[in-house]
Amino acid sequence: MISGAEIMVKCLQEEGVKVLFGYPGAVICPFFDELYHTDIKAILVRQEQNAAHCASGYARAISGVGVCVATSGPGALNLITGIATAYMDSIPLVCITGQVRSDVLGRDVFQEADITGACESFVKHSYLVKNTADLPRVFKEAFHIASTGRPGPVLIDVPVDVQTGTIEEFVYPEKVNIIGYKPSVHGHPMQIKRALEMIKTSKRPVICAGGGVLTSGSKPKFREFIEKTGIPVVSTMMGIGIMPSDDPQYVGMLGSHGMKAANITVHNADLVILCGARVGDRAVASPDQVVEHANVIHIDIDPAEIGKNMKTSIPIVGDMKNVLSQLLKDVDYTTPDEWKAQVSEWKKEYAPVPQKFEGYVEPKSFISSLSGMVKPKAIMCADVGQNQIWCANNYRIKDGRFFTSGGMGTMGYSVPAAVGAKIARPNRDVIAVCGDGSFQMSMNELATIAAEGINVKIIVMRNTVLGMVHELQDVHYGSRYAITELSTVPDFVKLAQAYGIDSAMAYSNEEAEKYAAEMLKSDKPFVLVCNVHPNTTSR
Amino acid sequence: MKYTLSVLVENHPGVLSKVSGLFSRRAFNIDSLAVGITEDPNISRMTIVADGDEYVIEQLEKQLNKVIPVIKVRTYTEGEYISRELSLIKVSCPAKQRLDIMKIAELMGAQIVDVSVNTMTLQFADTLERFETLTDLLKPYGIREIVRTGTVAIEKDSTLSRK
Repeated sequence: MISGAEIMVKCLQEEGVKVLFGYPGAVICPFFDELYHTDIKAILVRQEQNAAHCASGYARAISGVGVCVATSGPGALNLITGIATAYMDSIPLVCITGQVRSDVLGRDVFQEADITGACESFVKHSYLVKNTADLPRVFKEAFHIASTGRPGPVLIDVPVDVQTGTIEEFVYPEKVNIIGYKPSVHGHPMQIKRALEMIKTSKRPVICAGGGVLTSGSKPKFREFIEKTGIPVVSTMMGIGIMPSDDPQYVGMLGSHGMKAANITVHNADLVILCGARVGDRAVASPDQVVEHANVIHIDIDPAEIGKNMKTSIPIVGDMKNVLSQLLKDVDYTTPDEWKAQVSEWKKEYAPVPQKFEGYVEPKSFISSLSGMVKPKAIMCADVGQNQIWCANNYRIKDGRFFTSGGMGTMGYSVPAAVGAKIARPNRDVIAVCGDGSFQMSMNELATIAAEGINVKIIVMRNTVLGMVHELQDVHYGSRYAITELSTVPDFVKLAQAYGIDSAMAYSNEEAEKYAAEMLKSDKPFVLVCNVHPNTTSR
Repeated sequence: MKYTLSVLVENHPGVLSKVSGLFSRRAFNIDSLAVGITEDPNISRMTIVADGDEYVIEQLEKQLNKVIPVIKVRTYTEGEYISRELSLIKVSCPAKQRLDIMKIAELMGAQIVDVSVNTMTLQFADTLERFETLTDLLKPYGIREIVRTGTVAIEKDSTLSRK
């Protein structure tokens, strides 16, 4: 005989899960009790939302599935923002929630919430398990669905009696068979041929690379393709890291908060090749304008993304790695030199200009110098707000990664994401950059960091305002700062010290760089607080 | 324009809410949705009548395909399918109007399934257009209540074999 809880743990072992992030509660106790006897590490976070963000950072860092676990009711509900954040950025998660006994479901008992119902519109799939015997199949399917096709979060809600119930023996299914789920992996040969013909006739092509290039593990193939063709590259925020920022072929991030040169390039192109990018409104504000003068080839694993936001001339549905290989086989194209020269001219002309305020750290140039100090494979976790834009446009990425909440824009993402990333990649530098607003949304995780001794480096851009909206109010609301002034900002240095975490405060770029060097040398977590002028703009 | 979509789904609890949730989440307008088990008890068919242009219907089809328990989505084009809707129509009907309404029912091929002192209930299974004709004819007598199942549709084999 084997219990449901034991089956759940065995399923995780079968899937090779080494770490999960969670928070306990009565109806998930059977599961955690079984987990107690195994070598799967359970990290106790300080709020469930952060368990999902940790799992997200972990998943991105290992290029696999992240797992988070919470109890029923409030525990599950707290997960929601984290699940939705992962959904918007196509991050593979398996989220396990405890649920009240199946025979009292629907009676509003203590800590009951319809979590599968609540998460319906932002999970890739969800299960409410009614029988212990279904658990192996459900787990097998969940991991498969989360990690294949366009990745995303899958929720498994397990009533406590399903965890305590028993079956005769545990057999983990070898294969999944979901008749309605067969993501296409290869691009249609006809569309590949048409795409190659279209590329051939283009005089001003540009590639817009999104998160899909990274998620699919296509970086080397992508490199090969752009080297062979010489096509200039812009990226979305999710696509940062597809190539080094200093590569001459890379123009920068596009969009309303991106680099002017990147936008100008897209608006002057005659061919836009979208690679794993969903043309979000923040990336391309007016897709109709772009298609007026450019053809669009859209490569994506999710057919629903093609044509959703931008009219497409040639749709190619498939896994980016395969599609790029297919294109590489027959591509015979070199980008005209005039176009390349024009693009690099724009890049020079519209380079960002730092602002100086005496007694303050200038965040853009600091982020830029920080990139030279970290190890090449460092993982940078940017939060949401002005700090995100400072990082996106000024962090000179090499061979590392850039994690942020791109689609949902969830404040408080960076610290827990960094925790997950560091656990996944202990040998890499992992840095979280946040504002004083976003830091206060997840600074409770300092306890997790201290308790587990997680060597993450947190940089808090302290400008005493909710900068992004503050800036918006300057532009659109006559500088009426309705509830964007933080007034009382705690002494973050003392706060970090209260958790036993080293910390320092910098008032100039020289100081910030000095502390950053110390911080990166240390093998302990560190909170570096940078005093930033509230009028520093995001771009 | 109205489109009729035929959607095969796994016959599991919760599938209907996954599909209907999609409509509100993606702001699709649907006129009707009818669900029933198919010849295979593991599979249900949903017939959806939706309003929108080509872009909307293409998106609807693609988004439906992303729902894991959705097996197959077909959008029927004019002339290749037969559609029917079952409706029950309760009409005000004092004794002196009974014959009039019976005439209309006979003319339209509706069945009278209930008669009371002041009302008459008609059962009608036909296309949307014919339903509208019938209700137009009944309106002057006072329609008290209409219950409709939503359209169900099936592919026509006859046109296929003629092709």
